[in-house]
Amino acid sequence: MERDDYIVRFENVQKSYDGEILVVKNFNIDIERGEFLTMLGPSGSGKTTCLMMLAGFEPATHGEIYLNGQPINNVPPHKRGIGMVFQNYALFPHMTVAENLAFPLKVRGLSRADCDAKVKRALEMVRLPQMGGRRPAQLSGGQQQRVAVARALVFEPELVLMDEPLGALDKNLREEMQFEIKHIHETLGVSVVYVTHDQSEALTMSNRIAVFDDGIVQQLAAPEVLYEQPENAFVASFIGENNRLMGTVTALNGSTAQVKLDGGGETVGALAIKCGGVGERTQLSIRPERVVIGQDDADNKLSGKVVELIYLGDHIRCRMQVGTSEEFVVKVPNSHAHAALKVGEVTPIGWATDDCRALDVLEA
Amino acid sequence: MSTMTDNQSGPMLAADGTPLKVSLARALRRQKIRAFLLIVPLLAFILISFIAPIGDMLFRSVENGIVPETMPRTVVALEDWDETSGEAPSEAVFAAFYEDMKVAMEEKTHTKLGSRLNYDTAGIASLFRKLRKPMGNIDETQPIKPQFIDAEEDWGDPEVWQTIKRLSGYYTSSYFLSAVDMESTHDGIQMKDDFERIYLTLLWRTMVLSVAITVSCILLGYPIAFLLANLPLRTSNILMILVLLPFWTSLLVRTSSWIVLLQQEGVINDTLVSLGILDDQGRLELMYNQVGTIVAMTHILLPFMILPLYSVMKTISPSYVRAAKSLGANDWTAFWKVYFPNSVPGIGAGAVLVFILAIGYYITPELVGGTSGIFISNRIAYHISSSLNWGLAAALGVMLLALILVFYWLYDRIVGIDNVKLG
Amino acid sequence: MKSMHTLATAAAATMLVASAAQADEMTIVSWGGAYSASQQKAYHDPYMANNPGVTIVNDESSAEAVAKLRAMDEAGNVTWDVVDVVASDAIRLCDEGLAMEIDPATHLAPAPDGTPAAEDFGDLLVSECFIPQIVYSTTFGYRTDVAEWGGKSPSTVCDVFDTATFPGKRSLEKRPINNVEWALLCDGVAPEDVYDVLGTDEGVAQALAKLDTIRDDIIWWSAGAETPQRLADGEAVIGSTYNGRLFSVIEEQKQPVAMLWDWQVFDLDGWIIPAGLSDERKARALDYIYFATDTQRLADQAKYISYGPARKSSAPLVGKHADLGIEMAPHMPTDPNNAKTTLLYNYEFWADNRDDIDAKFQAWLVQ
Repeated sequence: MERDDYIVRFENVQKSYDGEILVVKNFNIDIERGEFLTMLGPSGSGKTTCLMMLAGFEPATHGEIYLNGQPINNVPPHKRGIGMVFQNYALFPHMTVAENLAFPLKVRGLSRADCDAKVKRALEMVRLPQMGGRRPAQLSGGQQQRVAVARALVFEPELVLMDEPLGALDKNLREEMQFEIKHIHETLGVSVVYVTHDQSEALTMSNRIAVFDDGIVQQLAAPEVLYEQPENAFVASFIGENNRLMGTVTALNGSTAQVKLDGGGETVGALAIKCGGVGERTQLSIRPERVVIGQDDADNKLSGKVVELIYLGDHIRCRMQVGTSEEFVVKVPNSHAHAALKVGEVTPIGWATDDCRALDVLEA
Repeated sequence: MSTMTDNQSGPMLAADGTPLKVSLARALRRQKIRAFLLIVPLLAFILISFIAPIGDMLFRSVENGIVPETMPRTVVALEDWDETSGEAPSEAVFAAFYEDMKVAMEEKTHTKLGSRLNYDTAGIASLFRKLRKPMGNIDETQPIKPQFIDAEEDWGDPEVWQTIKRLSGYYTSSYFLSAVDMESTHDGIQMKDDFERIYLTLLWRTMVLSVAITVSCILLGYPIAFLLANLPLRTSNILMILVLLPFWTSLLVRTSSWIVLLQQEGVINDTLVSLGILDDQGRLELMYNQVGTIVAMTHILLPFMILPLYSVMKTISPSYVRAAKSLGANDWTAFWKVYFPNSVPGIGAGAVLVFILAIGYYITPELVGGTSGIFISNRIAYHISSSLNWGLAAALGVMLLALILVFYWLYDRIVGIDNVKLG
Repeated sequence: MKSMHTLATAAAATMLVASAAQADEMTIVSWGGAYSASQQKAYHDPYMANNPGVTIVNDESSAEAVAKLRAMDEAGNVTWDVVDVVASDAIRLCDEGLAMEIDPATHLAPAPDGTPAAEDFGDLLVSECFIPQIVYSTTFGYRTDVAEWGGKSPSTVCDVFDTATFPGKRSLEKRPINNVEWALLCDGVAPEDVYDVLGTDEGVAQALAKLDTIRDDIIWWSAGAETPQRLADGEAVIGSTYNGRLFSVIEEQKQPVAMLWDWQVFDLDGWIIPAGLSDERKARALDYIYFATDTQRLADQAKYISYGPARKSSAPLVGKHADLGIEMAPHMPTDPNNAKTTLLYNYEFWADNRDDIDAKFQAWLVQ
């Protein structure tokens, strides 16, 4: 049927370790061929479990996983042909780098010459052509990381799984490696399923991101969609920075809602995404960079009192008191167009109705 | 650094003009002294309780001071005697011997000397014990030799004097020769008669049995350690208690329970007979032989294999095996090519531990080993506590120690000692 | 020799604590088990009752007494006051200068009728340092219910070597002493010639060859408790051990085991006092010895264990077993019915030849 389009399909997959608690509740996803899909979520959200079920290290309690259209629940891991990069690389310490890379080739019975050629090519791909004779312990973290990636790719799998592969690296190296992995992905055209709890990593690398929480995919979308159009309060707050204002829906008008804010009593307009009917409580979500300051021509107009100013070079981060919230943040571009703010100053703020999303209320 | 030669610029100087090295050494001295003081108690403990006794043991295996110290004049006089002549030494030797023994009997050291000489030639002990008889009746104005031989004719036996002459040095190789089934005669050093050879056989057997015990410990311990390392903590803790349980039981009790199990009228044989597997006449001989020694000692030493294996296996990340599987290895390949090589340091540590412990064991072999399952340590124990031939015991001990060092060296060459991990 | 022997020092270091104990403590070393219990009742308890200030501490190290005394001597710290040893060990301790010489006339009590101690003990004073206490024997016990024997039971020691008539495992001591004598006796050597024959290499070979005929049927023992245990378990059908151990299997545990007294080997067990005690400790040790080896005390011990008292004058005083209430005299190895054919452990021969023959014996064992 659609086997050419989808390399992996999860169908109603559930997972429980103890028979009491579902770690993964009804997981459904289609992963496209050549796609870089990231499973993003806080720890314990079920994302790694999904990855392990796909790799074959954990059996699904219920449901079916398909690889290339074939159900694989009963296929042992070594027959799935899926490359995998582990959190701590899992390079075999008793083998040299070259032996590590040759391992998947040898177990597939490749000739020695083929092995050597492929290992050499793989080492060149990750820019470590001279390191074949070293032991993993003699390499830096970044180098080990590259070897691990090379090993997962050397036997040319169609699908590579990566389980927080950059977690152990420092920030600069991590950013460098993000690009490198992304680059390899684009060059080779393999499908990648990537697990991380780092949203910026996810945003940087992925074609699509599945945001996990509480064993459920909260939203599956491209990075920009996730950021711009979060579908619920969890995604809105988990991805990027977000201002939250609590209020009550007073009117629904097609796709927009009128919301009366708590405390201050002002009523503002917002896109009705997931806010329930009139009279129900809602959480408004506005990105800090979408708030305009010191201008009167916005759809919604309020005033805020400056509580704190942090100079960050390209912009100034201004924390204000708006209504009952003291955590309302506005990013003010560092340009001449904006007048200098002072702490304690009360200034008009505003935003477009399209930039403000009325969402569900997170139980906290 | 190559520019820093002596004639060019001299040593680097600190700010106050003293050479930098001196200044550094001074600064570090306090630290060094403090570090040294911290290890002093342990150092002293090891010196007193370990190094010194071993040194003392090494020394005992060659020490022979009792002969020249008890009979200094005789030793000198014997230098001129030709031990191959087949005749007793001259009057001068007897006169010197008489003088020496007068002193020795005064100090009551003559019987001790007799015991020492008796290790080499049976019968000398009683000659010395009965010295009072010839010594008491000597007429000093007459030649001593005939009077001695008249009173106790064995004093005319050249073999007695050959033994004394051979052992007259302060140091002797006789213990080591005995320990390798050789003896020194006036014809030179040669192997003992067949029916007196024992130690080389025992040494070889000790090696073979210890290796067998080590191998069976590996075979039995590996799966258990693997299980322990991979089970959930709560289950593995219970299992670990079962592994450690033998440690809390006395060695004698454990060995005795093996006797109850293994003997011909014991539990195993009884069970096999009652199940009809064995005929009542055909009961298996499971103990008083090598089988008994191997079974009982494997059980006793098993924890020493399991614990290092377990602690090494604990450190083998499960992701290695997962990685291997994800790379296409089946269960066996993943185990054999990836897990097993990483557990080798544990096997190494366990094997060294078990082997060294096994080689020195004697209580268990004594009780269940019969005659074919005893170790060389049983003879060492015998010579320490029963025959009191401490010199021979020391020589055997030194050989055993040397052997262990050889094994250690071999192990280092083959596996690499840095490949031994206890956790 | 300068006592720089740290091996001994280390061994003795553990005993320092004991030496620091109160001055009125006396450490008496013995074999443990029923034997020590009999001494406790016959000697220690009455002695402590007579001397309220003295506490007797028991140490069960007699089996290693010679080695330990040598180690203590080299460390210069002897912590034992009185030591119970077999006669052969006493001779060696005396040879090594580790035991003090005893003068029977002054140190030992005369018999009640005034006979001097030297005469009362007679030949049993085998060493100048040794005060005999009991006569025990190493002899055989056999199971009375062996079906394969067809109703026959062994009557001579040579039946031990007759595996055709009396099949089954034999439990023998793992040392040459006694075994080689029995082997020669059963190989046609006249009793009076046994030690002359054993004194030659050929004689030892002959004895070992005789033992070799039953080699596969022998289970060796090194502790006296092993044979009684094996007889009780049926693991062995006949075996040598100390007569007192057999007494307890037969009379106390009521096992189907009987005594075979033929060619039992008498041996002696008794006291030595270590050399080099302080005058005070030596005086107390001698006082104890004087008390514990008098005629009545030796006879008393036989109430608790079936070993014969070493004094001639004690024999008539031997009564009934304290718990079982049976006459002890018929169970004494020295009873005329039991002592028709006997050997006395040849101390002198074995002192000279023990190491030599033992080496050959062990070499034969490991073949």
